[in-house]
Amino acid sequence: MSQFGFPLLSLLVWLPLAGTLGLMLLRGPEESVARAARWVALATSLAVFALSLVLWFRFDPAGGFQFVENHPWLPEFAVSYHLGVDGISVLFVLLATALTPICVLASWDAIKTRVREYMMAFLVLETMMVGMFASLDFVMFYMFFEGVLIPMYLIIGVWGGQRRVYASFKFFLYTLAGSVLMLLALLAMWLHAGTTDIPTLLHTSFPPAMQTWLFLAFLASFAVKVPMWPVHTWLPDAHVEAPTAGSVILAGVLLKMGAYGFLRFSVPMLPLAAAHFAPLMFALGVIAVIYTSMVAFAQTDMKKLIAYSSVAHMGVVVIGIFTFNPQGIDGAIFQMLSHGIVSAALFLCVGVVYDRIHTREIARYGGLADRMPKYALAFMVFTMASVGLPGTAGFVGEILVLIGAFKVNFWLALFGGSGMIFGTIYALVLYRRVLFGRITRDDLKAILDLSPREIAIFAPLLVLTLWMGVYPISFTRFFDPAATALATRHMAALAHPGQTQLAGLNP
Amino acid sequence: MNWQIALPELCLGGAGLAILMVGVFAPRGRAYLTCTGLTLGALVATLYLVLTTPSGTGLSHLFVADAYSRFMQTLVLAGSLLALVLSLDFNPAVAIDRFEFPVLVLFATLGMLVMVSAGNCISLYLGLELQSLGIYVLAAFARDDRRSVEAGLKYFVLGALASGLLLYGISLVYGFTGSMNFAHIRDALVATPAPGLVIGIVFMIAGLAFKLSAAPFHMWTPDVYEGAPTSVTALLATAPKVAAIALLLRVLVGPFGHQLGSWQQIVILVSVVSMLWGAFAALGQTNIKRLMAYSSIGHMGYALIGLATGTQAGIRGVMIYMATYVAMSAGSFAVIIAMRRNHRPVERIADLTGLGRTDPALALVLTTLMFSMAGIPPMAGFFGKLYVFLAAVQAGLWALAVIGVLTSVIGAYYYIRIIKVMYFDVGGEALDRRPVALTTVAFATAAFTVFFVIVSHPIIAAAQAASRALLN
Repeated sequence: MSQFGFPLLSLLVWLPLAGTLGLMLLRGPEESVARAARWVALATSLAVFALSLVLWFRFDPAGGFQFVENHPWLPEFAVSYHLGVDGISVLFVLLATALTPICVLASWDAIKTRVREYMMAFLVLETMMVGMFASLDFVMFYMFFEGVLIPMYLIIGVWGGQRRVYASFKFFLYTLAGSVLMLLALLAMWLHAGTTDIPTLLHTSFPPAMQTWLFLAFLASFAVKVPMWPVHTWLPDAHVEAPTAGSVILAGVLLKMGAYGFLRFSVPMLPLAAAHFAPLMFALGVIAVIYTSMVAFAQTDMKKLIAYSSVAHMGVVVIGIFTFNPQGIDGAIFQMLSHGIVSAALFLCVGVVYDRIHTREIARYGGLADRMPKYALAFMVFTMASVGLPGTAGFVGEILVLIGAFKVNFWLALFGGSGMIFGTIYALVLYRRVLFGRITRDDLKAILDLSPREIAIFAPLLVLTLWMGVYPISFTRFFDPAATALATRHMAALAHPGQTQLAGLNP
Repeated sequence: MNWQIALPELCLGGAGLAILMVGVFAPRGRAYLTCTGLTLGALVATLYLVLTTPSGTGLSHLFVADAYSRFMQTLVLAGSLLALVLSLDFNPAVAIDRFEFPVLVLFATLGMLVMVSAGNCISLYLGLELQSLGIYVLAAFARDDRRSVEAGLKYFVLGALASGLLLYGISLVYGFTGSMNFAHIRDALVATPAPGLVIGIVFMIAGLAFKLSAAPFHMWTPDVYEGAPTSVTALLATAPKVAAIALLLRVLVGPFGHQLGSWQQIVILVSVVSMLWGAFAALGQTNIKRLMAYSSIGHMGYALIGLATGTQAGIRGVMIYMATYVAMSAGSFAVIIAMRRNHRPVERIADLTGLGRTDPALALVLTTLMFSMAGIPPMAGFFGKLYVFLAAVQAGLWALAVIGVLTSVIGAYYYIRIIKVMYFDVGGEALDRRPVALTTVAFATAAFTVFFVIVSHPIIAAAQAASRALLN
């Protein structure tokens, strides 16, 4: 039971699964099942989102873990059903619950085959995502973390594009290969601490030699998820082949799982190893920013371009996390949230024209601004947010990370910040090629502007993008205390290794 | 004497003789179904007896009944029961519905029960041979099918070799310790360690690993799996594996428990080779029964990780692993037996094409089972792996654990390939209507793998108690 007398987080986690069961029971001709499935999925995801707003209004930023539910599950192994959110995770839960109804809406007409199964996969995915961010038990976290693979594999493989089989296998095997090494790290921590309770593990100190190995095992898993150079190659394939909503959820939420893992496990639980490996992480982050920005520039496929830009933006996030100062960590979290909104919106923008023309070739487009003024406006705001224009969501995160990076090293800030310039180049070029110029093709001349359904999808994202840019404190207030505490604890742990932390509980 | 300890085995043996008589004198048309029904009843009754027999040793230490034997015998009986239910529809379809079939399954099961509760090298060998003889005949049961006869013969020849190795090992152990009795062997070894004994242990492990189809003693597995009638393959993949690994645990942890150093390396080697071979050799398979053969080799490799630790946590891990494995295998074979077109069994992986569209429920069941086999949480297969890896990490066997998780990723490839064939590939005709018995087994096992995460507690507690009993 949480402090409200009813298990809010459990409801958030399991309600989508109940919706899945409801979808299973639908009977009748395919057409009517499909229609009913869309509405059931929309109603379920909206209900989950409405419930999750309680978190927004009732969360106390100074309060540590909240909405906690703790029940024994496997008592002889000290594994429990433990849910709760703190400043770091609460907004990610909201991000997941907010993007799911948008994904359902975005798939309304785009998905025509096996609609019921598609919606089931998305609701299962929502359960896994929310459960992962809300887990306060490592075994539970791992189960949700890997469980995400099941629906996502099916979404890419069944409803994807031409090379969907290749992309789905690559996605599945890459991510699985990373996670199984984390499983071994999990087991080692479990045996060392005698529990898998995350709040307890946060106060457990691990021997320095062990930390190194644990950090590397975590890195194998999280680096694939983030994704960090050089293990990012699954992402462009997955994005290009996934249906629009799949790309949205992939960019919006799934990429955050890796960085969230760094914030939840690697940095607070393994401070010595994190500090030791920080230069490596900076290097990988900088390479991601510069190299993938250049690769993005060379793309001819819109989705691939945005996919590479995601890798670059997540590179900035990694740099921010490993600065270990409040600004850097704040910036990383903010960048994750803004990227969650903005890249999701950009993939939706691609989806809009893809639904109409059925190609993602940049060269096939041009001059859309004439025919689609509303679309041009939406695309522009999100492009500007992506390049980090002040006043949009993208700016706040990048500038905070840069401030954090400056505190560490001038060159780090310089190279990390160069991404903003490279990003501007490819994003503006994309925008120019697609929206500006003259319409030369007949099918483009007949293209229609945004429908009311699409406006309903873009409006909330647009508002959020500007809100986050203009008044970021209504978001930073959630995680700033937690980020500051994380940074302080990290510095204390480095100054007095083993002293500020409780001794490990032995099994 | 204390013969009550062997009551389940005695009753099952008696029932087998009686059912054989019933089969001989029953009208020809009804003999098969009558005998199968009676055998199912006998197995259920034996299950009840197994669960209610008191712990202890009996028949001059030939038999041991403890929490461990109860756990493993329950799994053996569950495997036999499920396989027999699966044969109900399959055997008439391929015209092997003769009443000897259930009787042979019964006697093979009796052999397995004796193996699990063996307290002496002689009862060990008798149980193993009874089990093997039943299965040799069963593998060749489709006597007009050349592949089936070949499978039976191959299994027999290689099985006889393995029995020879085992007997040679037993004779060496007897020579070094002067006893056949597990408890006496243990005492003798504690009093006077015998360095030469390791040769005997190696031969015994080789003989048992053959029955377990662990690499490098797996050569018979793909051919026998493919050639034997599918209902026999379903049996092969479940109950005998449990019996063989139960026996291996009993022997290595019991009489040779103090000699961990002399057998740990061998078990690690067998485990690693099995995991690697099960992962890589399965990649190119096109026949789903052969795929399941390699898959089972891999699974035995994972289960042996637990044994390699030699600790209570490891034994517990093996037991949980086998419990999930029996359910997953039985469910997968239920789906494989349901693969029929125009009343003829089909067994290529490509025959599953489009199943996601033509039979969504069956496809969902197989998807669940395949994700479980791949060890993806929250399915049961994940927990099996979790507990053996936990034991390996605890015992410091890092290399084994790392190889294990990495081969599980390679293995995941061929499991998700089956899902790909069902859902991603277009085309494919519908399968025949599936019979009720198969549907029940498939859905029940799939539900077990899904809900294991919630209901695992009693199973884990039982495994805990059983592993403690084995070590004492």
